[in-house]
Amino acid sequence: MNFMKYDFMRNGFLAILLIAPLFGILGTMIVNNKLAFFSDALGHSAFTGVAIGVLLHIADTNLTMAVFAIIFALLLNAIKRKDSLSTDTIISVFSSFSTAIGLVILSLGGQFSKYSALLVGDILSISKKEIILLLLVFLATLLFWGFCFNRLEAASLNISLAKSKGVPVTTIESIFAVFIALIVMFSIKWVGILLINALLILPAASARNIAGNMREYHLFSILISLFSGLLGLVLSYFLNTATGPTIVIIASVFFFLTLLAKPLVKS
Amino acid sequence: MEKLKIGAGACGFHCIKVKDFSVRAGTTMLLEHINLHIHCGRLTVIIGRNGAGKSTLIKAMLGEIRHEGTIEFRDIKQNAIRRLQIGYVPQYLNIDKNTPASVYDMFAAYISKIPVCLYQSKRVYKQVKERLSLFAAQDLIDRQVGDLSGGELQRVLLSIACTPVPNLLLLDEPVSGIDRNGIELFYKNIEMLKRNYDLAMILVSHDLEFVEKYADYVILLDKTIIREGTPDKVLSSREFKEVFGSSKTAWVG
Repeated sequence: MNFMKYDFMRNGFLAILLIAPLFGILGTMIVNNKLAFFSDALGHSAFTGVAIGVLLHIADTNLTMAVFAIIFALLLNAIKRKDSLSTDTIISVFSSFSTAIGLVILSLGGQFSKYSALLVGDILSISKKEIILLLLVFLATLLFWGFCFNRLEAASLNISLAKSKGVPVTTIESIFAVFIALIVMFSIKWVGILLINALLILPAASARNIAGNMREYHLFSILISLFSGLLGLVLSYFLNTATGPTIVIIASVFFFLTLLAKPLVKS
Repeated sequence: MEKLKIGAGACGFHCIKVKDFSVRAGTTMLLEHINLHIHCGRLTVIIGRNGAGKSTLIKAMLGEIRHEGTIEFRDIKQNAIRRLQIGYVPQYLNIDKNTPASVYDMFAAYISKIPVCLYQSKRVYKQVKERLSLFAAQDLIDRQVGDLSGGELQRVLLSIACTPVPNLLLLDEPVSGIDRNGIELFYKNIEMLKRNYDLAMILVSHDLEFVEKYADYVILLDKTIIREGTPDKVLSSREFKEVFGSSKTAWVG
C-alpha cells in the first residue's frame, strides 16, 4: 500500500475509520426521527460559530462553534416542541438566519476567502491530537447509544406512548440534539459544511431500504458508511480529487443500488 | 346510582376520580369542568363530534398537556390514595412505512434497557412473545412495524400498554384503517382484559355501533360532559340526537 507512506494519508485513514462508523450510527436515528433538516441547519450554523469566535477574539473557534451549535440545537428543539409552525419552516428560518449572520461577519473587510475552506473541508489535514479527540467523541456516542438507545427509539415511535411508559422524552431528545451538534461541529473542518449532511444521512437512508430490524439497520448503515469512506479516500488519492465529495458520490451510488434492491429484499 | 356490571377480574375496590379538568389554549377553552368517576373492570367510552375535545381529554389525563384539575386514585377498601399507573394506546405511530423496526424492536424499546440496535435478547424475546400472545399477536413478533395492518398494530400497541398491566388504560381508537374483523377482535381483547385483570379502561371511540354493544358506560363530550350513563340511555338521549342526528351508524368522526 504505497499511498500509506504519507502521514496525511495515514491520519486521513484513521479519521475515516472513526468518522464513518460514527456517522453511520448517528444517521440511523437522525433519519428515523426525521431530523435531516435539523442536522443540515446545524452544519450551516458553523459559520456563525466561527464568526462569533472571530468577533470575540477567541483563538480556538472550535470552542465557539461547539457552544453556539449546542445553544442553537436546544433552542431549535424548544421551538419545535411548541409546534405552532411547521418544523421545516422553523428550521429553514433558523438555518438561513444563522448562515447569513455568519457570512456577514466573516466577510467584513473582504476576509471571507480565509474561511471558505470550511465549505468543502479537508480530511487529510486532520492532526493526531484531533484524531484522539474524535476517538473520545466516538466512545461517548457508543455509551449514549448503549444506555439510551431504547428510550430514543421509544420516543421516536410515539412520544405520548413513551411518556406514559416513563421515558424522559424531553431530556433524551435534548441529549441527542447536543450529540448531533457536537459531532457536526467537530467534523465540519474535515468534511465541510456543504457535504456533512450527505455523509450523515446517506448511509442510514441506504440501510433503511434493505433492513428489516434495528440490528440490520445499524449494521448496514455502519458498513456502507465505512466502505464509502475508505473507498472514497483511496479513489480521491489516485484520481487526485477532493476526498469528501468522492465519498459522497460513492454513498449516493449505494443509496440508488439499495433502492433498486429493495423490492427483492423485502418480498 | 345505576347498577353497573363489573368485570370478573376486577376487585371493584379501586376508583379513579377526575376532578374538575379544564384545558385552555390561549383564551379558548378546549375542555371545561370535566368530572369523571371511573371504576376498575368497566369500559368507559367517550364519544362526541369532531373537535369535541376527546383526544385532548386523553392527553390531559396522560399529563401531556397543561390542565387544571386533578386525578385521584383511591383504594376504597383501605381508603388510601395510590399512585396511578396509566397505560396508553395511541391512534397511530409517527413512522415511515419503511422504518426498519420489527415488532420486537418496538416492544423491547418500551420495556427493556438492552439496546435493540445491538442485539436481540432471548429472554426479552420470550417475554415479548408471551405478552403478545395474550392479544393473539404472537405471530407478529418478527414483522416490520410499518407492514402491519391497522388492526395488527392496534393489538401490538395494546399489549405494549398492558406490559405491565396498568390501573387505567387509555385507548385512542383510530378513525379509520381497521377492518370489521379487526374491530371485533379489538373488542374481544377488551372483554378479555375486563375478565382477567383489575383495571379501568377509557376508550375514545368513533364507531357508535360497537359502543352500543360493548361499552359499560358512555360519556358524550362537547367541551364538557353533556350527557353520561349506560349506552342505551346516552344513545337515545336528546343531547345525543343533537350532536349526531338520528343515525347511529352512518357517521365517522
